[in-house]
Amino acid sequence: MAKRHTDPLGLHSALEDWMLPVLVAAMSFLAALAVAGALASTVLAAQWQNDTAAALTIQVPQPDAPDTANNATRLAAVQAALQTMPGVTSPRLLSVDALNHLLAPWLGADAAALGLPLPAVITATWSGPGPGDAIAAALNKLAPGTLAQTGVQWAARVTALTGSLQTCAAAVLVIVALVGGALVALATRAGLAQRRETIEIIHGLGAQDGDIASRFASRATVLAVAGAAAGALLALPVLLWLAALAAPFSGLPQLGGLQHGLAGLPPALWTALPCLPLAAAVIGWSSAQLTVRGWLRKLV
Amino acid sequence: MIRFDDVWLKYRHQDRGPGALARDVLRGVDFKIPDGGFRWLTGPSGAGKTTLLKLIYLAEHPTQGRIDIMGTHAAKISRRDAALLRRRIGVVYQDFRLLAHLSAYDNVALPMRLARRAEHQVHADVTEILRWVGLANRLGALPDELSGGEQQRVAIARAVVGRPKLLVADEPTGNLDDEQAGRLMTLITALNRLGTTVIVATHNHALVSAYPAPRLEMAEGRLTAHG
Ligand SMILES: Nc1ncnc2c1ncn2[C@@H]1O[C@H](COP(=O)(O)OP(=O)(O)O)[C@@H](O)[C@H]1O
Ligand SMILES: [Mg+2]
Repeated sequence: MAKRHTDPLGLHSALEDWMLPVLVAAMSFLAALAVAGALASTVLAAQWQNDTAAALTIQVPQPDAPDTANNATRLAAVQAALQTMPGVTSPRLLSVDALNHLLAPWLGADAAALGLPLPAVITATWSGPGPGDAIAAALNKLAPGTLAQTGVQWAARVTALTGSLQTCAAAVLVIVALVGGALVALATRAGLAQRRETIEIIHGLGAQDGDIASRFASRATVLAVAGAAAGALLALPVLLWLAALAAPFSGLPQLGGLQHGLAGLPPALWTALPCLPLAAAVIGWSSAQLTVRGWLRKLV
Repeated sequence: MIRFDDVWLKYRHQDRGPGALARDVLRGVDFKIPDGGFRWLTGPSGAGKTTLLKLIYLAEHPTQGRIDIMGTHAAKISRRDAALLRRRIGVVYQDFRLLAHLSAYDNVALPMRLARRAEHQVHADVTEILRWVGLANRLGALPDELSGGEQQRVAIARAVVGRPKLLVADEPTGNLDDEQAGRLMTLITALNRLGTTVIVATHNHALVSAYPAPRLEMAEGRLTAHG
């Protein structure tokens, strides 16, 4: 009663409709998932890209045969060449045991003992530019048939995939924002229609369009922010669960318990989640302002 | 000064049935009222009195012709300035137009609050004017809890509380008894003496003869007498 006069449009009961905050909460929930998806794919891609791009694998078939120059074995020639190649660091010859271990799933526990003509495998780290085709060419001169592969092409594919995931997330965010704006506009229109007479009277008493619009906009903002905050909070447990699933791949600490779970979320998400109510405020305010001002133009 | 210069009006949204279609409600209305003037506006029901008043308080646009209100060409005014001008015009609507969810006090306070007056000023002026119209003991009542005559007095209080430069009243005594009508006229003439321009549309011939003043008389959308 006492507060009535501060609310001549009776807006405390207008737009009280639970629909608006609930639908905005749903939108905010979707937005949180989209943002989390975009961030997660970025984090994972960064990990994978580093690992993949840097991996250099060299296979030397018939390692014990003499090399082209007939100076040493093919393996020794390749190993010597790798020592001096720019961009190639810490080459390591896989032991027979290690090779057996790698082949075991396909060839059984003792593949090497089968007497198959296995190549020698050298792993190294590649930090040079480009996909490293030059390595293969150079090594082939010493030991024809030598294969050298870097992860650069794979890394490029991961980048493309991450890019499309982020584009999808951005599209979801844009759609969510548009739908959110439309929801606010609809709720505001309903509120205006319900109060048509009151608004006409206040307009006739000399209220500026801006006065009336800001009353509606403040109310819409409160409801939108409440809805968006609720949606973001509801998304949190889902995000924690997803973070727990992703932990083995993300290189982030894989620990139990809620606190550790919270720590497992990418830090950028802690910035992004509070932005949802903020974005809802901006969208709610501007959508209501535009709707009311447009509607008021009908009045002389 | 208020000036009407060959004003015609046809309602754009014909919501009064097919009979009202495409009919000129005002047909070449011409008059002037000097600042501080007083005019009665008379004529049979349907003559166009309310329509003419709506043009004065900026609730309609003429279809044709020029209107100046307090020295401002009404067609040239921005929305912002129109709102500011409306704050200087007190209007008593034929159908009161009180806000149903606000008390008598808050209804009367509304124009002052829209004009962002200080709350102590609002309190002083609103209680004084409501006492003047005999509603000092009904400040907290909602319009629904008031009789027709009481509602009309709240509407009158709201129209005059901001000491308007122009007061427009559309049949303000329709629901009042003779004594209340007399009090209202005392209030209106007092405002008029303080410089407010006043136009009162009425059917009440006794009232018109009790307070002699120039008359705008209408019939079928035309002024049949002026002065
Ligand atoms: N909003 C409106 N739309 C269409 N016709 C209207 C509207 N208001 C009034 N009229 C018509 O205009 C004429 C004048 O009405 P009004 O100005 O209310 O007369 P008065 O106040 O003298 O009784 C009437 O015929 C009425 O039916
Ligand atoms: Mg009338």
